[in-house]
Amino acid sequence: MIHETIAATNAVVTLDIPLPDIFWGWFVTMNMWAKSIGTGLIFMLFLLLRKNSSEMNGLRTPVIIISFVMMNVFLLFTLADLHQPLRMWHIFFYPHWTSAITVGAWMALVFVGLEFVMIAVMLRKEKCLITKDANGFFDKTLFWVTLLAIPVTLYTAGIMAESTARELWQMPTEAVQMILAATLSGSAAIILIGGSKLSDESKNFFASILGLSALMAFTVYMSEYIFGAMKAEEVGAILAYVKGDGEYATMFWVGQWLAYIIPMVLIGLYRSNKNASLLSLAAILAIAGLWIVKHVWLVIPQLLPLS
Amino acid sequence: MQLGFLVDLHLCMGCKGCEIACKVENEVPLSTWRLRVKYVDIGTFPETKRTFTPLRCNHCEHAPCERICPVSALHYIENGIVNIDKDRCIGCASCVMACPYGAIYIDPETQTADKCTYCAHRIASSMMPACVVACPVEANIFGDLDDKTSNISRYIQQHESDVQVRKPEKGTEPHHFYVGAGSVNLNPLASKREEGYSLFNKITHLPLGGHH
Repeated sequence: MIHETIAATNAVVTLDIPLPDIFWGWFVTMNMWAKSIGTGLIFMLFLLLRKNSSEMNGLRTPVIIISFVMMNVFLLFTLADLHQPLRMWHIFFYPHWTSAITVGAWMALVFVGLEFVMIAVMLRKEKCLITKDANGFFDKTLFWVTLLAIPVTLYTAGIMAESTARELWQMPTEAVQMILAATLSGSAAIILIGGSKLSDESKNFFASILGLSALMAFTVYMSEYIFGAMKAEEVGAILAYVKGDGEYATMFWVGQWLAYIIPMVLIGLYRSNKNASLLSLAAILAIAGLWIVKHVWLVIPQLLPLS
Repeated sequence: MQLGFLVDLHLCMGCKGCEIACKVENEVPLSTWRLRVKYVDIGTFPETKRTFTPLRCNHCEHAPCERICPVSALHYIENGIVNIDKDRCIGCASCVMACPYGAIYIDPETQTADKCTYCAHRIASSMMPACVVACPVEANIFGDLDDKTSNISRYIQQHESDVQVRKPEKGTEPHHFYVGAGSVNLNPLASKREEGYSLFNKITHLPLGGHH
């Protein structure tokens, strides 16, 4: 490893003014976090429809509205992060299809549009011009929206994969993490929204999804944490920021505990004593912790000098 | 035609003439650089030496910045230059995230991405890039890589065993070469960055806008 030659060369950079390091900051974290909740809720609503459709009553409208709000939060922060936000329309009029950003922007637009139609139908059941069977329309459309939610969830991983300078972000891993973030935050959100409207069976079901998502995501992070440096020197240098006394080590572990470890423990306790408060606490911690986890992973590759 | 650059680091003396010429020619704002010269000191006193490495856009054949740009603001032109249309750029900074060489910046005045264009406007008028003209030791060699008789092609032929590019493992196929480079010139992990060892400290940057 080239890093090991420093002891012999004593090479020190005495003049290099690298460009400011963190370009994608917490606005992009908000983008990823809100999108995870927005698409994750759709996945969970679809699973509820398949598992126990009678429990959909009373949940269709609030869940789709919250998903829609989170998707708009995602779009708002995407827009706000642009240095030229008023030129956003260029994506649609000068699209460049090799860019995951372009593909994602179009898919997100269709996704949010479909959600808007579903909300309109549910809110105007009596006067709806599209259909008289609002619930039936909703459930049929939900299938297509769920299908679309998969690439909408994944396209950010595509952007990270196309970020050639950031060795830490590898496509297979990031794709898995994006899906797990959606299932984690989606199950947590529907547990909180559903509350007493969900049966014990459904609560157990979503608790299992939450716990398993936390377990798998934690496993992937730990795999990267332990083995990442063994394959690529750059990854090793980046992971040093979350190891030992690294700049983001504390924040990394706070995120891992809040998003994954504590929720797993709380869900284990919930399954033994059926205390719904424990489940709600696990859901809140998972959603809050996910933001921290995402932020750390977004920022640390940007700290490494490229020249 | 595929235009390329070669810097002979045996010749470069770190005068920064290229850097200043670039700044003036392209009106590059304060806090930003299309081309900069990195100094790395090697050894322990009194056995020390200073190395100089001019760094600019590599105009890669498979440019990650061009691929990720959502609006084709970054695009190839026929002579192989990766050019930028600042009027089209939306300032998403994805190119900044994609470029493995840290060669792209956000212009604090226009709030759009910018980088070295090999002085495409000068080349269109059959002139050499400003940095080539300014170099007092002709360390910058510029020309057509497709033409076997061009200066750059002949230089590559003559120094074949000593020609390198930055980060070849990224698969970007840069059109920017170095002769006489060691790992400290080309690999950012081969040198330390220690507080207080820089010739200039406490440098402030102009605000870029947004929340970073």
